[in-house]
Amino acid sequence: MLSSADLDTLLLTFKVAGIATTIMLLIGTPLAWWLSRTNSSLKGVINAIVALPLVLPPTVLGFYLLVLMGPTGIIGQFTHWLGIEALPFTFYGLVVGSVLYSMPFVVQPLQSAFAMVGKQSLEAAATLRASPLDSFFSVVMPLAKPGFITAAILGFTHTVGEFGVVLMIGGNIPNKTRVVSVQIYNHVEALEYTDAHWLAGCLLLFSFTVLLVLYSQFKSPPMAQQFK
Amino acid sequence: MFKYISIRFCLLFLLLMSQSTYSATTLVAVAANFSKPMTEIAAGFEKATGHSANLSFGSTGKFVSQMENGGPFEILLAADEKSPEKLIQDGFAVSGSQFIYAVGKLVLWSATPGYVDDKGGILSSGDFTHLALADPKLAPYGAAAIEVLNGLKLQEKLLPLIVQSESIAQAYQFISTGNAELGFVALSQVIDNGKITSGSAWIVPAELHAPIKQAVVLLNNGAENPAAKALLVYLKSAPALEIIKKYGYDLAQ
Repeated sequence: MLSSADLDTLLLTFKVAGIATTIMLLIGTPLAWWLSRTNSSLKGVINAIVALPLVLPPTVLGFYLLVLMGPTGIIGQFTHWLGIEALPFTFYGLVVGSVLYSMPFVVQPLQSAFAMVGKQSLEAAATLRASPLDSFFSVVMPLAKPGFITAAILGFTHTVGEFGVVLMIGGNIPNKTRVVSVQIYNHVEALEYTDAHWLAGCLLLFSFTVLLVLYSQFKSPPMAQQFK
Repeated sequence: MFKYISIRFCLLFLLLMSQSTYSATTLVAVAANFSKPMTEIAAGFEKATGHSANLSFGSTGKFVSQMENGGPFEILLAADEKSPEKLIQDGFAVSGSQFIYAVGKLVLWSATPGYVDDKGGILSSGDFTHLALADPKLAPYGAAAIEVLNGLKLQEKLLPLIVQSESIAQAYQFISTGNAELGFVALSQVIDNGKITSGSAWIVPAELHAPIKQAVVLLNNGAENPAAKALLVYLKSAPALEIIKKYGYDLAQ
């Protein structure tokens, strides 16, 4: 069975993923909207930066975060100036890492959903004197709902599966930074295969169920939608 | 002309062939604390014997787990005595091939000069927020560190401040980047020619923890490899022992 320590890691993981997903949706929505509408020359650069975590090894991200968020790093000095403790080894450090790491999984589905909302519906809304903000909430958001669902689910599950970044900046502290992927790794290294099986099985079941729901809702794979 | 070239190629080919019969390569798993000395030893080994050693660094626990699941390594330089014995018992290593190659020293280290005093008093008096050490379940140096804290009756006070790394190399990384003010690492990581290279350190007296006897073992994969056997012999040679001592280890009695 799952020990209470293992349960704690599951709960903590879902907490990190929940908070990170909320933040990613809050930042990602305006960003994706801007990316889907703009003709700015910056578009390519921003797109590339958002997509970077897709191709970078998590260890690269983890290493930079450890150095930058540490007491001598730029971010570390900024948080010190704000009077906050340095981010590595803290819960919010993990949240920051997760937001950076999973951002493309939120921004890209949103971006393609927004791109599919035609100009006509927005122009129709404008002729009915809807303000841009009003038409975003009452026209764009309902039309892009599948995009939001995909973004939230992919962002959440990808954060649950995060390992490399956490290993580099986490410090393996119970109830603060000891997430489920690290716990499984430690069980395996300590040859505690029974515990590892329980946790790994839970994660497998969770991921499969989520993806099953997602894929039976939308007939085509969510990540493929953006290439249409 | 063609004949001449083809003869030259044949000679070159024969030369390469003969090289490969006499020199072999061995794949070695090295406990993270021993990475610096082993890199030097491997260089000497290659020069002295013509064989070469490919080194992989990580935590002892990880290597044991990998070997129990068909890992490719031929020699394990562990950070403890238990792991080689376990591998022999489980039938993954050659019985009788193990010996202690070094006795490790634990050190309390900070990247900040003057932060750690030479008696380790900082542990009870300091107002630090993070104390780094390697996961005691996986790394013998981590287990020794916990033993020291227990012996000093500081475990209660310091437990909430502990950040665990998956190997001693990562503990060093946490401390050297300043993310943890101080922590327990292997002396070999912070010493060069008998001097602490940077920051400040307290070499933990040997009586505060069980001796960290580090054993090496020949794994089944390497039983027939001349390079693996030669490396085990070379580990006991004078030049190798010199390097081991240089990095602050004691030698087995």
